[in-house]
Amino acid sequence: MFDIVIIGAGVSGAAAARELSRYNASICVLEKAEDVCSGTSKANSAIVHAGFDAANGSLMAKLNVQGNKMMEQLSKDLDFPFKQNGSLVVCTDESTRDGLQALLERGIKNGVEGLRIVEREELVEMEPNISDEAVAALYAPTGGIVCPFNLNIALAENAYVNGVEFRFNTEVTDIRKEEEGFTICTNNGDVRARYVVNAAGVYADKFHNMVSEKKINIIARRGDYCLLDKTAGTHVSHTVFALPTKMGKGILVSPTIHGNLLIGPTAVDIENKEGTNTTREGLDEAITKSAITVKNIPMRQVITSFAGLRAHEEGHEFIIGEVEDCPGFIDCAGIESPGLTASPAVGVMVADILQEKMGLTKKDNFIATRKGVLNPEEMSLEERNELIKKNPAYGNIICRCEMITEGEILDAIHRPLGARSLDGVKRRTRAGMGRCQAGFCSPRTMEILEREVPGFTMYDVTKSGGESAIVVGINKDRI
Amino acid sequence: MKFYDIVIVGGGPAGLAAAASAKRAGNDSILILERDKELGGILNQCIHNGFGLHTFKEELTGPEYAGRFIEQVKELNIEYMLNTMVMDISADKVVTAMNRTDGMFQVQAKAVILAMGCRERARGALNIPGYRPAGIFSAGTAQRLVNMEGYMPGREVVILGSGDIGLIMARRMTLEGAKVKVVAELMPYSGGLKRNIVQCLDDFGIPLKLSHTVVDIEGKERVEGITIAEVDGRGKPIPGTEEHYTCDTLLLSCGLIPENELSRSAGVEMSPITSGPLVNESLETNIEGVFACGNVLHVHDLVDFVSEEAAAAGRNAVKYINQLAEGGKSEAGHEVKIVPVDGVRYTVPVTVNPDRMDDTMIVRFRVGNVFQNRYVAVYLDEERIYHKKRAIMAPGEMESVKLEKEVLKKYPDLKTITIKLEEK
Amino acid sequence: MKRELICIGCPMGCPLTVEMEGNEVKSVTGNTCKRGDVYARKEVTNPTRIVTSTVRVTGSALTHMVSVKTREDIPKDKIFACVEAIKDITVQAPVHIGDVILANVAGTGVDIIATKNA
Repeated sequence: MFDIVIIGAGVSGAAAARELSRYNASICVLEKAEDVCSGTSKANSAIVHAGFDAANGSLMAKLNVQGNKMMEQLSKDLDFPFKQNGSLVVCTDESTRDGLQALLERGIKNGVEGLRIVEREELVEMEPNISDEAVAALYAPTGGIVCPFNLNIALAENAYVNGVEFRFNTEVTDIRKEEEGFTICTNNGDVRARYVVNAAGVYADKFHNMVSEKKINIIARRGDYCLLDKTAGTHVSHTVFALPTKMGKGILVSPTIHGNLLIGPTAVDIENKEGTNTTREGLDEAITKSAITVKNIPMRQVITSFAGLRAHEEGHEFIIGEVEDCPGFIDCAGIESPGLTASPAVGVMVADILQEKMGLTKKDNFIATRKGVLNPEEMSLEERNELIKKNPAYGNIICRCEMITEGEILDAIHRPLGARSLDGVKRRTRAGMGRCQAGFCSPRTMEILEREVPGFTMYDVTKSGGESAIVVGINKDRI
Repeated sequence: MKFYDIVIVGGGPAGLAAAASAKRAGNDSILILERDKELGGILNQCIHNGFGLHTFKEELTGPEYAGRFIEQVKELNIEYMLNTMVMDISADKVVTAMNRTDGMFQVQAKAVILAMGCRERARGALNIPGYRPAGIFSAGTAQRLVNMEGYMPGREVVILGSGDIGLIMARRMTLEGAKVKVVAELMPYSGGLKRNIVQCLDDFGIPLKLSHTVVDIEGKERVEGITIAEVDGRGKPIPGTEEHYTCDTLLLSCGLIPENELSRSAGVEMSPITSGPLVNESLETNIEGVFACGNVLHVHDLVDFVSEEAAAAGRNAVKYINQLAEGGKSEAGHEVKIVPVDGVRYTVPVTVNPDRMDDTMIVRFRVGNVFQNRYVAVYLDEERIYHKKRAIMAPGEMESVKLEKEVLKKYPDLKTITIKLEEK
Repeated sequence: MKRELICIGCPMGCPLTVEMEGNEVKSVTGNTCKRGDVYARKEVTNPTRIVTSTVRVTGSALTHMVSVKTREDIPKDKIFACVEAIKDITVQAPVHIGDVILANVAGTGVDIIATKNA
């Protein structure tokens, strides 16, 4: 029996696992996908919100601001890309200027530092491509951008190194409260646990409702995005939001931490919790509305589009805590935006709850830092040549758009909780994330996975686990 | 730092032809840098026939065509490095490259020939809605998997785009045992050769749906189905025309983009129409001594023309280096603009200096639509010097006219050469 | 009997109509130039194609597939027989462009030859 089972290896589950791994406890994370960061955590705006948006006094506001403050140190400890590029909420209609003021005041009450209103002249200086209609903006210097994959991956790797077990391709089908603890039924057999953390994203209601009479409802709120080539990556330097109006929340335009330009998301509530398909209407809306705040976005440079599902709770609030009528079952539900920002604080909160309940004691051998996949691009010519001499794989470029070497891909495969699929490699290294969208490198990455993962044949190489094999046979095998 | 007179970036058809012609023009200090494990570039995966009718007067397959040029390069003892990625080209022609054995190294060149080829437009550029499962391939990726690795990317296939690669892959997949259900084409005409429509689709009963596009992709893990719909004159899907196909694979053949990231970072000026460098009569870019040829300059439909163009780039690079040795580039003459109008989308080159050009020079161009019985006209300023009827012209077929030095020299004050289509 | 064809000579793609009596061509109409006439007569009486494909190769450091073709055109209705005939072939490296991989494929009298070195 595990002391703690965490359902879900998204950013919340991984953050909880990492914080809990500071303590003496046996912990297991159950994940239905083949890798960490496979649901909501992989498809979002990748923004570290300043914290002016959430309602005063809400848990959302508190954890947002806390998470924001923790992010920089965490990015150093766990070696993932993060940058405080600042964000702007742009008002394009003088008659709605009050909205900016309201946001400013809300932000100050939430404890956001450095907020101020910038007028058009300064705004144009900060963002030359800002809309001609822009009159003023709320500037939040603490807003940032992060690599959502590597934040999630780093937390999970660090948890693993500190003794947390991860079981992938393991889908929870039922949870039974027993006299002592819980039995968690999965497609890979039953798991017993004293405590359960429910960090199941859009499915958190399903597991909550298995053990509680006080039902919750998580709605999958889909958002469509377009990602533009790096040639468009400097079109704006801050994260540009539209001031929410009666017409809706608006579309953000932001550089990504890797230098692309991101526009989105739309917001459509859907029935299907697997409905990560983009729609024509959604992509058109994202493209049209992005022009409200930023002009001349080079839409010909779009390299991919995707949709993510926010785990929207009806009360628009994080639900973190022990379920009232089911002691030992800790919810971590309704973690929608600003969930990525809040995740470090969410992890701490979950760990604090369990520490107190279980009387957990700290490990003396906790490893607090982690090194990410080595990035040769940050090296000097001499350092790079030294590296290639030691390991020639670093001299072999596999992904020519992002200039990712075989060495980095090998690192991604062989590190703790290493990549097993093309998407796994992509999220860890960016190989295949560039302008040709893996057209060139996927056959090469497939060969590496086949060669390096014990027991793999070409048919085991998938895009993202399950039935997503890339090749289905050999030439003429059906003739 | 290594030193070469000419560094050629890319060992595909353009790079090989440029190298061979530069060597024959008398230069002995040539280095080809190729990122793949063998010379030949994309031709190695184009195993179908139809290459080389102009160059060799016979129909060869891609690997055979490449093989002829690889042999020349080897016979001429031209140096080349395989598995070597060029990471950067600087404006002063320092080429930074990397491979497993030499690490990261720099080569100072007197002239650089850009011959990096092109890449396929990916799904994102088309903004096709739907899921993002496995089973969506660019036609070229599928071509590599089937023709070079021997793996089937799928069993039941829908193809979007009727460019030649899409058509060729319809036949290849069929002959390897897959079922190709339909080829959808956004435009009201196919960009592919008539011969390929007949021999790759009609021969196997594969329907071609013009003015159609993919409006939905189903399947969360692997493609399970594709919905296509008819589009209106502006390319927007018409509601109610949707047709569903059960399939496990979607191949995309929706255009090629010259691969100019290296050129751009060197400061080479680009044409927004071709996405390739703007070049003069010598195929030289705005950076003196940096030349471009083949698909990195503009996407060709026949490799024979790539070879021809690249050979000119190779000769011109040698000429440039010889002039450097003699004290610098000739300053004689003046630059004349070549302007495409009235149905002509672009020309390569975009300028010509009559004093510096060879005795004759080919101006290649493409038209913007399908035209029947139109005249191609060339004007030197106001005077028409060429007027010739073409029974048919289409965007998918590169056209050309030849300019003669002798003629241009008769117009010492010439400012503009206009190339256009006329109805009579 | 009438046969409808699309001429492959140029992008014009003339719609050709061939009047047949048995195996004899009576007339070709719809063509704009001589090429259409020549193509139509050949295509209705003796349609042929070059077939290109791949076979496996062992012992090559470079690849495990080598591309092949029929040295000359074969009758169009023999395309699939040709593919079937080479389905299980594995050749031993070295292979050179032009090497015969399979003689007289599917009884056509035409050889399958390698189009790439391996």
